[in-house]
Amino acid sequence: MPKIIKDGQVVDDSWQLFELSEDSELANAAVPTGQWIVPLQLWLAQRDKLKARSDIGIQIGIDDDIELLADDYDSVPLLAFDFPVFMDGRGFSAAFLIRDRFAFKGELRASGAFIRDQLCYLQRCGFNAFALSAEDLEAAKDSLSDLQEAYQASADKAPLFRRRG
Amino acid sequence: MYIYDQHDHSILQQRVEQFRQQTERYLAGDLAEEAFLPLRLQNGLYVQRLAPMLRVNVPYGMINSTQLRRVARVARDYDKGYVHISTRQNIQFNWPDLADVPAILAELAEVEMHATQSSGNCIRNTTADQFAGIAEDELLDPRPYCEIIRQWSTLHPEFAFLPRKFKIAVNAAKEDRAASQVHDIGLDLYQNEAGETGFRVRVGGGLGRTPLVGSVVREFLPEQELLSYLDAVLRVYNQKGRRDNKYKARIKILVKAMGPGAFAELVEAEWERIREGYTRLTQDEIDRAKSFFTEPAYSSFDTVAVDNSISELRAEHTAFDKWLTRNVRQHKKADYASVTLSLKPTGVAPGDVTEKQLEIIADLADEYSFGEARTTHEQNIVLGDVAKDKLFELWQKAKAAGFATPNIGTLTDIICCPGGDYCSLANAKSIPIAEAIQRRFADMDYLYDLGDLDLNISGCMNACAHHHVGHIGILGVDKKGEEFYQVQLGGNAGNDTKLGKVLGPAFDADDIPSVLEKILNIFVDNRHEGEEFLQTYERIGMAPFKERVYAKDH
Ligand code: SF4
Repeated sequence: MPKIIKDGQVVDDSWQLFELSEDSELANAAVPTGQWIVPLQLWLAQRDKLKARSDIGIQIGIDDDIELLADDYDSVPLLAFDFPVFMDGRGFSAAFLIRDRFAFKGELRASGAFIRDQLCYLQRCGFNAFALSAEDLEAAKDSLSDLQEAYQASADKAPLFRRRG
Repeated sequence: MYIYDQHDHSILQQRVEQFRQQTERYLAGDLAEEAFLPLRLQNGLYVQRLAPMLRVNVPYGMINSTQLRRVARVARDYDKGYVHISTRQNIQFNWPDLADVPAILAELAEVEMHATQSSGNCIRNTTADQFAGIAEDELLDPRPYCEIIRQWSTLHPEFAFLPRKFKIAVNAAKEDRAASQVHDIGLDLYQNEAGETGFRVRVGGGLGRTPLVGSVVREFLPEQELLSYLDAVLRVYNQKGRRDNKYKARIKILVKAMGPGAFAELVEAEWERIREGYTRLTQDEIDRAKSFFTEPAYSSFDTVAVDNSISELRAEHTAFDKWLTRNVRQHKKADYASVTLSLKPTGVAPGDVTEKQLEIIADLADEYSFGEARTTHEQNIVLGDVAKDKLFELWQKAKAAGFATPNIGTLTDIICCPGGDYCSLANAKSIPIAEAIQRRFADMDYLYDLGDLDLNISGCMNACAHHHVGHIGILGVDKKGEEFYQVQLGGNAGNDTKLGKVLGPAFDADDIPSVLEKILNIFVDNRHEGEEFLQTYERIGMAPFKERVYAKDH
């Protein structure tokens, strides 16, 4: 089973990415049982059916509008945010908004082209799981704690000026 | 000045350690070139034409004597013995070895200096008036707020990978010396009619390829809400700014495309949502920041006696007189003055200073200015708090050390980027142009007669020397691999920020001094009593300059 960094540990990844085959239609594609991460478009096309299940996560792309899921944040167990290139920082703001504005409590996973050296910032913006490809995950995990103290607010922590003393 | 506590130190130490490990992984081949690139940039390290360049922040221009000595030591131990003061008040080392940079950063961290986010697509060093806290025309001291912004922006997790670089300036004086209108965000600190402290917020100013003056998006932002508002602006920019074309990626392009009103609406909506949150500043924090910028122990003298003795010395020493006129500025305290040490003597690259000179400046700061100095965006160094009865003594020492060229604010106080001699982005050299101009216009009396004149030279469109807002701006351009120089007239920084207009076709490097001479002749021939260059230009327009400069020689 593939591995992932989650909540600071290297663990088995029990989720699989559901990929649409080219000719499948969104409305008809059948998502088998098991833990699947489905593309946002598929979720939107089959929302009622998929929402009834507790084993469906959603993959969000960099250009997707996170407001489309406003009614789903309180029930979906997992969101995977896909980074097309690591220099595209929109995902950092998206994560912050997903946690802070939409109060999402489930697993927020970074996937795609981000790099190990971003782990610490990603975590502070609200990601708690990291599907890092082609890396020694045990070594990479250390980067989560590169910067332990910080001036500004994090998704789950007040800014330093409220804690200084 | 701000003094680090254990939190500030531990944040900086973590950062230094993080970069040390990243550099080791890179040198061992475990970190790819393209991944290391933004990481090193965010630690101030460029790879330039000839060697790496390390840019160290001088937060809003404040530097103390301990720091100056440390910079001198680093320049000696790791570099070629000199540094460059940049047009954003920072200090640049031109020749460090990549492998040494972690050690350099560790040495600087010991004296509370860092290179964090001094380059890269992130929030850069916040800049302010070099006379902050001591200017006569200052409404409030901007430095506590600059420090609050420095801390908020340092290692901000959400805004480290913006579409493009992001610069904030804070102005708090009647006369804006921070060029706040040509920054991504320009803040005017003031008190409103109700006596509350806050900021006028401008967004979307900037120079470079598409020079624009910022638009006011909020007339009054209460001081407690500074950081929530900045978060909101940056969040909108981070999400909506263009990433497909680096020339269209600055916030100014977004603001222009959306219109300032529509942009402000998005910001206000996000701000309303978060303004009561925990980023709202506490009074304790504002007071804490202010506590570092209290007045030093000024003494007072028999003002009349001091003024008399200065007048006598002036009469006796013409050079002292010139220096007082050009390089010394009245302080908000009657018995004090601010002295600008000129880093623009002819024959030295504008803004360059040697390690020996840095140590002398440190000594002078200790002796005459409460141990503090300021870097300026005109690339000079200011001793801010000099007692007037010590001016003559200071002048003699500054002169011996080569800092007393009495040219501040004149044509030869040129703002000049490193250009083609160092910078890999350059289209053309800029330092030799500055030198040629300084050599041609060496007659001080002529310079004084010309009055205040901002001459800015950039080696490319990136406009690091702010050529658009120089009264006269020179821009290096490349035409089929050859270096040419375009001349612009009529720019202005400050309250009445204006962008210069192009005079006409570009010139050869060799022609620049005589082109300038023609321009100055037109000014001298046409000026009315008491007019500065810019006023004459505005009255008579571009045409006479154009005619004279491009007239065929008979
Ligand atoms: S203006 Fe151009 S040449 Fe000059 S320092 Fe900036 S990028 Fe380099």
